[in-house]
Amino acid sequence: MSHRGRPRHRTTRSSHATRFKCLWWSLTVVLFAVISANASSQSALDPAGPQASRIDGLWRLMLYLLSAVFVAVMVVLLVAAFRRRTQVNDQPLKPVLLDTDPGQDRRISRTVISAIALTIVILFVLLVSSFLVGSAINSAPVNDNVLTIEVTGHQWWWDVRYDNPIPSQMVTTANELHIPVGRPVIFKLISNDVIHSFWVPNLHGKTDLVPGHPIETWMQADRPGIYRGQCAEFCGFQHAHMAFAIVAEPEEQFRAWYASQLNSAPAPSTESQSRGQQVFLSKPCIMCHRIQGTDAGGRAGPDLTHVASRQSIGAGTLQNTREHLAGWILDPQTIKPGNQMPPNPMSADDLNALLDYLQSLK
Amino acid sequence: MRYRPTFIIMLGLVAGLSLGACKREERGFRVQPPSSTTIDSKSLTDLQPGTQTPPPEIKNEYEENAYALSEGKRLFSAYNCNGCHSQGGGGMGPALMDERWLYGSKPAQVFATIVEGRPNGMPSFRGRVPDFQVWQLSAYVRSMSGNSPKDAAPSRDDHIQGKPPESSAEPVPVKDTSIPKP
Repeated sequence: MSHRGRPRHRTTRSSHATRFKCLWWSLTVVLFAVISANASSQSALDPAGPQASRIDGLWRLMLYLLSAVFVAVMVVLLVAAFRRRTQVNDQPLKPVLLDTDPGQDRRISRTVISAIALTIVILFVLLVSSFLVGSAINSAPVNDNVLTIEVTGHQWWWDVRYDNPIPSQMVTTANELHIPVGRPVIFKLISNDVIHSFWVPNLHGKTDLVPGHPIETWMQADRPGIYRGQCAEFCGFQHAHMAFAIVAEPEEQFRAWYASQLNSAPAPSTESQSRGQQVFLSKPCIMCHRIQGTDAGGRAGPDLTHVASRQSIGAGTLQNTREHLAGWILDPQTIKPGNQMPPNPMSADDLNALLDYLQSLK
Repeated sequence: MRYRPTFIIMLGLVAGLSLGACKREERGFRVQPPSSTTIDSKSLTDLQPGTQTPPPEIKNEYEENAYALSEGKRLFSAYNCNGCHSQGGGGMGPALMDERWLYGSKPAQVFATIVEGRPNGMPSFRGRVPDFQVWQLSAYVRSMSGNSPKDAAPSRDDHIQGKPPESSAEPVPVKDTSIPKP
C-alpha cells in the first residue's frame, strides 16, 4: 500500500488511520454483502431443510471464528509493523540481542506456546464440528413416510420419475420437481452420459450422478417455496444451462399436482390444436419426446405430457412463454448451442398450430 | 542474456509437443447438410434413356469428422436403430458391420435407405429425422464396417460394448448385392 513517489518518512499518523478505515470499511461491506445475500432462491445461506441448516451453521461458525482469527492476526501484525523503536538524537539503532534478556525470552516463548495451543484448539473445534455436521447430514431420514424420486442426468437436462410400486401411478416429468413440505424425499440419482451433480443449495449439499452407479440422497423442505437447483459438476458445453426447480408445497397441493400429472395429455380441443398434434407426430419432435396418450413415446428428450404446467424450458434456460417456445422449436442451437435438439424449420401456420397444441398440455 | 543450446532445443520440443493440443476440428452445432443436393426422388430402375450415365457421386463430408460420427453413434441408439440392427450385428434387421449391402454401400444410397425406407421392414424416416442427422447416421453406419478414417471413427461406447469400437474395425471389401440402385 505504499504511495509511489512519496518519501517514506513523511507518511503521517493520519494517513495510516485513513488507510485502516478504508480497509476496514471494504471488509465490512464484503462481509455484510455475503451474510445478507439471503433472499435469493438459490442460496446455501437461506436454508430451508434440516441438512442445509446444519451446513449453514457450520459455514457461519467457520466464518465468524476464522474472521476473528484473521482480525487478531492482522492486529498483531500491524502493531508489530508500526511499533517503532525509539530513536535518540540521530544515533543509529542498536541491534537488539534476543538472548541478553531472559525475561523477554520467557515472554516470547509463553506467547508462542499459547498461540500454538489456541491454534490447535480452534482447528479441533472446526474438525469436530465439521465431522458432526458431515455425519448428521448423511444419516438416514427419521420419518418413515418418504417419497422416492428417480432423477436421471442427461446432457443437459434432468429426467424425473416418481417411483411407485404400481406402474400406472408413476409420474414422469422433467426439470421441475414438486415435493411435499415436511416429508423426506429420497432421490435416486443416476446419469445417462457423463458425471453430473445434483445441487439444491437451500436444501442440501451436492451429490454426484455417476453413470452406471446409482447414488441415493435425501432432503426435506421445511417451508414452501421454489428452490432453484443447478448441475454442479462440469458436464460439457451447456453445463451452465442445466438447472432445475424444486417446488415445495403443502401436502394437499402436492397431491393435487401429482393427480394432475398422472393424467394423459388432454385431447386437442380446437382445430388448430389438432393440427398442432399432427405436426408434432409427423415432424422430428416424435423421435425424442413423449406425450402420454399419443403415439409419441420417445425417451431421448424431456417428457412433454404436461409441458405447459412447467415454468421454464430448456432446463431453466428460458421462461416458458409462447415466444420462447417458438424460438426454441425453430432454432434451439442459437439459444443453447450444442444441446441435442436439432433446428426445426417449419411454416408459420404449422408453428402456430404446434404452439397452440403444446400450450394446451397443462 | 545467453541461452544454452539444450535450453533452446527443449523449448522447441515443448512448442512442438504443444501443437498436439491444437483443436482437431470444429464442432458445428448449427449446420447445413454437407451436401446441397438433397435426394428427394429416387428412380426405381437403373434403366435410362440412351447411354448409361451414372450420376455424380455425392460425398459425405461427415465421414471424416469425428464429432459428426460420434453424433451418428448417439443418434443410432437414440432413434432406436439398435431395436432392429442391434449395434450393427443385426437381429430383426440385417447386420451393418459386415460386407453385404443389400441396397448399396455408397453414402447417398445409405442416406436413401434411411429416408425412404426399404421393403420388408425398414421404415421411412422422411420428415422425422433432419437431413444433417441422416448424413451423420449414414456416416456412422459406414464406419461400422471400417469405411471411415480410423482417427475420426468413435473409439468407445457410453454403455456396455457389444463389439470392438468402430475405430478398430477392419475395412471389409464391399459386396453390393444391390437390388434396385437409387
